[in-house]
Amino acid sequence: MKRTGKLALGVLTAAAIAVGGVAAEKAAAADEEIFIPLTVYRTGPYAPNGIPIANGWRDYLKLLNARDGGINGVKIAYEECETRYDTKLGVECYEKLKNKGAKGAVVFNPLSTGISYQLIPKARVDEIPLHTMGYGRTAAADGSVFKWTFNFPATYWSQAAAFIRHIGNVEGGLENLDGKHIGLIYHNSPYGKEPIPTLETLSEQHGYELTTYPVDHPGQEQSATWLQIRRDRPDWLIMWGWGVMNQVAIKEAINIRYPMDHFIGVWWAGSEQDVEPAGAAAKGYKAGNFNGVGTDFAVLDDIVEHVYGGDMEAAKEEGLGTVLYNRGVANMLYDTEAIRTAMGKYGDKALSGKEVRWGLENLELTEARLEELGATGLVLPTRISCANHEGEGQIFVQQWDGEQWSKVTDWLEPFHDVVRPKVEAAAKTYAEENGLPVRDCSQEG
Amino acid sequence: MDALYHVLISPFVDMATQPVFFAEVVIGGLMAGVMYALVALGFAVIFKASGVVNFAQGAMVLFAALTLVGFMEHGLPSWAAIPMTIVVMIALAYAIERVILRHLVNQPHIVLFMTTIGLAFVFEGLGELIWGSNVKALDIGIPDQPFFVGGMLLNQFEIFAAVTAAILVTLLVIFLQKTAIGRALRAVADDHQAAQSVGIPLQTIWVVVWSVAGFIALVAGVMWGAQSGVQFSLSLIAFKALPVLILGGFNSIPGAIVGGLIIGVGEKVAEIYWGPIIGGAIENWFAYVLAMVFLMFRPQGLFGEKIIERV
Repeated sequence: MKRTGKLALGVLTAAAIAVGGVAAEKAAAADEEIFIPLTVYRTGPYAPNGIPIANGWRDYLKLLNARDGGINGVKIAYEECETRYDTKLGVECYEKLKNKGAKGAVVFNPLSTGISYQLIPKARVDEIPLHTMGYGRTAAADGSVFKWTFNFPATYWSQAAAFIRHIGNVEGGLENLDGKHIGLIYHNSPYGKEPIPTLETLSEQHGYELTTYPVDHPGQEQSATWLQIRRDRPDWLIMWGWGVMNQVAIKEAINIRYPMDHFIGVWWAGSEQDVEPAGAAAKGYKAGNFNGVGTDFAVLDDIVEHVYGGDMEAAKEEGLGTVLYNRGVANMLYDTEAIRTAMGKYGDKALSGKEVRWGLENLELTEARLEELGATGLVLPTRISCANHEGEGQIFVQQWDGEQWSKVTDWLEPFHDVVRPKVEAAAKTYAEENGLPVRDCSQEG
Repeated sequence: MDALYHVLISPFVDMATQPVFFAEVVIGGLMAGVMYALVALGFAVIFKASGVVNFAQGAMVLFAALTLVGFMEHGLPSWAAIPMTIVVMIALAYAIERVILRHLVNQPHIVLFMTTIGLAFVFEGLGELIWGSNVKALDIGIPDQPFFVGGMLLNQFEIFAAVTAAILVTLLVIFLQKTAIGRALRAVADDHQAAQSVGIPLQTIWVVVWSVAGFIALVAGVMWGAQSGVQFSLSLIAFKALPVLILGGFNSIPGAIVGGLIIGVGEKVAEIYWGPIIGGAIENWFAYVLAMVFLMFRPQGLFGEKIIERV
């Protein structure tokens, strides 16, 4: 009995040492890891959009860990937190994840304008940078006020301006916009109203008439709106929609025989999910985008090889090559390159949010670097600075051919002379309302 | 003065000067009303049998549509997938009765109502778990080509929906008025225990009623899903049915149809002629305003039974 007891004690001691050893090893490993929180929405009404983005995020981080051993040899730890696209849950996710990892979360991607608005003041206090890629507060493009928020590669205002440039191009020149009638059908929310001031300013400059058509959330029933559009017959129609509103609007446009090649959706109304319910009938519909579409990118080949063991079908089931999956990959590519940039200054080790913020603000993605990453054409070369957190703000227009999206324009320059002053004015107002200091970017290193 | 003109005069001038467009608005409203009524019918049937608003009806619409598309994606033709989905909805009705309702006999209505809230989440979660979250195209061959009549644009799909609703209501009225089960429904709704004491098989009635509600959910899911694709937001269409029920009466099948038509026309006319005055997008909440106005004058709704309780 005594011997058995001693034996048991010995086994327990050995097990404790072993477990302790493993734990210590894990803790040591965690000390050397960079932590990126992933606030996703894989469930709920917006899951069709949230899932491919989340998959793109996850797969790119997996690729870096599997192929390169992380970023400059420092492993990336990540954890998903489900928000259901709900602002309250998004803030809970932020609070839950912000202190995880060796030095806390290094960058947050809220993936929702509502969550972004809530996190902007919090992130400033917690010194964690936010990357609101293609959503959130447009004024955050002014880094002199929004030190902790980045919204490259483009904002809604730049996109609205680029749409007008595209329409001008199709009409044979901006001067031909005079007398044209452009409609904006939008989600009746702060997000949907984002392009209105830009479109109004450009309307004064170029002489087109702007009519707006709000659609209440969720947008499952829009017949009254489309009766008005049928009555008014705008020459062009821009859509700032989200979720089911997009699918219904596209179907309604087909029903009233609106010319689909004169109907342009925001980049959140330009995924495969938006057009597939209408299928071939949606042929000609256009949408903005800022990331390459399809599978013809070396980085995606690497994902197939290193993450899916060469199984292209399995990768495609997760969304590889679709608009939103590629957007997820592009998002993580930007963030991890910013981390790499920060490592250039602070060393190849686990970094803090404060250090990665510097990386974001000094990010320079050249054509050569994009080629090394296998991402030529997936995103544009980008340069971020203290004053400019948006980058070049260029987008392109893609078109649905009945089966897939194809890029149909070159990268379109927004009207910087119109958009930038508006950004600065909005940022100044925000700074005044919130008592924020305005940085002198000429003095920043 | 200018504001008064825009509210009281200008809309009517527009209606009079553009009669074809006004007719189109009214017809569009009627068609939208039919679609709302398809959802409201499911609520009305369950309410007749239990006196409870089934909060899960919208989620049942989603689940039924997801199941149908799921079967079709697995290679079943629509003629086989539809009966299969009906079987699934009947099985669910049976499970709901066995697992939940049987244990809540003679409980206050609020308990049953809370149960249906829980059921809504179960249906949504189950649907996502089994069939995934992607938007799914639903094509079972319903014609949807637009055509013109007297300068008005109509759609074959809307005509199909109206005919479907008419057939559904006829069948439901016959079922509820002319069959023994239909007559038993009212007794069950009034008092579970009393109904049981006179030999009405409560369990069977509930299975039948939830099965019928499941079938209606499938019809509504097919019609709405064909428009927007089958996706999670289908469960939100329940909110379009509530003002219809308030207006038409919760326990009236014809009320669901008439309420739907009034709400449909009312919200479209309001959106187009009065909406622009205050920035538009008023139709969602205007439907509830309209319902509340009716509620003030007829609390039981247009066709609802007036409940008189004596001390």
